[in-house]
Amino acid sequence: MSTLTIALPSAAPQQPGRLLRWNDSLTRFALSWPFPLAVLLLWYLAAEFEWLPPQILPPPGMVAATFVDLVRSGELPDNLWISLWRVLGGFLAGGLAGIALGVAMGLSPTARDYLYPTFRLVAQVPSLGWLPLLMMLVGIGEALKIILISKAAFVPIALNTCKGLQGVSNRFIEVARVYRFTRWQLLTKVVFPAALPQIWNGIRYGLTHAWLALVAVELLASSEGLGFMIVYGRQLYQLDVVLAAVVVVGAIGFALDKILALIEQRLLRWRRDGF
Amino acid sequence: MKTLRETDLRGVMLPLAFLLLWYVVTAMQLVNTKLIVPPGAVVDSAWQVITSGQLLTGLRASLTRDIAGFAAGSTAGILFGLVLGVSRWAERLVGPTFHTLKQISLFAWLPLLSTWLGTGEAAKILFIALSAFYPVALNTFEGVRSVTRAQVEVARVLGFDRWQLAWRLILPAAAPQIATGLHLALLYAWLATIGAEYLLGSSAQGIGSVVIRGKATFHVELIIVGMLLIGLVGMVLNRLATLVESRVLHWRGPVH
Repeated sequence: MSTLTIALPSAAPQQPGRLLRWNDSLTRFALSWPFPLAVLLLWYLAAEFEWLPPQILPPPGMVAATFVDLVRSGELPDNLWISLWRVLGGFLAGGLAGIALGVAMGLSPTARDYLYPTFRLVAQVPSLGWLPLLMMLVGIGEALKIILISKAAFVPIALNTCKGLQGVSNRFIEVARVYRFTRWQLLTKVVFPAALPQIWNGIRYGLTHAWLALVAVELLASSEGLGFMIVYGRQLYQLDVVLAAVVVVGAIGFALDKILALIEQRLLRWRRDGF
Repeated sequence: MKTLRETDLRGVMLPLAFLLLWYVVTAMQLVNTKLIVPPGAVVDSAWQVITSGQLLTGLRASLTRDIAGFAAGSTAGILFGLVLGVSRWAERLVGPTFHTLKQISLFAWLPLLSTWLGTGEAAKILFIALSAFYPVALNTFEGVRSVTRAQVEVARVLGFDRWQLAWRLILPAAAPQIATGLHLALLYAWLATIGAEYLLGSSAQGIGSVVIRGKATFHVELIIVGMLLIGLVGMVLNRLATLVESRVLHWRGPVH
């Protein structure tokens, strides 16, 4: 794909001074607060004047107090650890299998011919669709959760690894041939680094999907973990517990994504050098 | 270069081997056939539920729900993404909150929604809309952001008013990204439809409810048929989206 761009003189990027840029990020930070604070205020007022009953909308102060309670009593940390271990186990299992399959399909056309259609079939049914069948086959124990989370992580990772490896430009490979790279050198020095951005993309998607699947499976079939806390709180009409758990779910999702983004910055450092 | 036929043949080898294995272990009673039902029973049961109309009414209910949620969520997503992309102030005020909220795993919303709205249709559709909203809003925002200053300046020189700017420049320029967002949203909405039907009671009609009922009554055939149908619908939606995408965006050349 080639695009024609006409650069106007004024379109040249302006280079702001260091101070200006710092100033800019400061305003950016300051401006990000009014909106959530306004929502919080509205929430507070709604609870304070009982526009909605506290069972439906507990006041923010109560949610905060519950949060502290849950942390102190160890209930939240315990459930959090369980959820984190599950997601980690499932993600590692699914991720390794996904990379293995993706590499096989990406490098060997024969393997692709044999495996890709079946892979598409399995991937087509969303993770949740597998849940009832798996519940029948393996029960509602830990195996169910790990399998389901693995499946959720497996699909995007395998797909992106395969596409990434397939998409490596022939020009790179030709250059490597000119330099008389061995097959091993070709793979480790050219093919994998070139495919890495997309593989990494798959890994990020995989982790997001794994976290999504974890919450879903814990909501449906679990007696511990963050998802269970949410269901449990909902059943007892303790919406403060539900909201506290939801906040933690969001925070963990955010943290997991941030960690991968940080690793990506290190891993793909070389990418910026070119420009 | 291999012929198409040979590639196809290789592709069906694995599923065929699996079917054979499935058939053999159930025919020879090597496993508990109550848990691992023979393939023939699945076909029989599929024929039964399809001809009795049970599955089709479920399917219709699910699809109606899916489309209603998708339409609402993606419309809101395009508008939100557009405002966020065009206005620096909106982006700075609301953007960070939006990016934080999107980290909350989708299904965590369900128990909250069901407390506020009950387990009826409203909660389900809102949940589906929410699942469609995020990818559309995000992609629209990024698409609008990719409009360059130079393009906007050309439009200014040509004397475009605000309305023309939006319709003639920003939306077409962001269209490929928006299409990607809509495509993703379609898949997410289908997942959310199934999830909502699983989690919000199985009394209502829907394909997810059929599956859950199959599980409750220990009808493994029913579960498998339901699963296949869920996968099939997902596949058809995906195909349709790809087709529409390449049609609408034909000026861009073939989609990779």
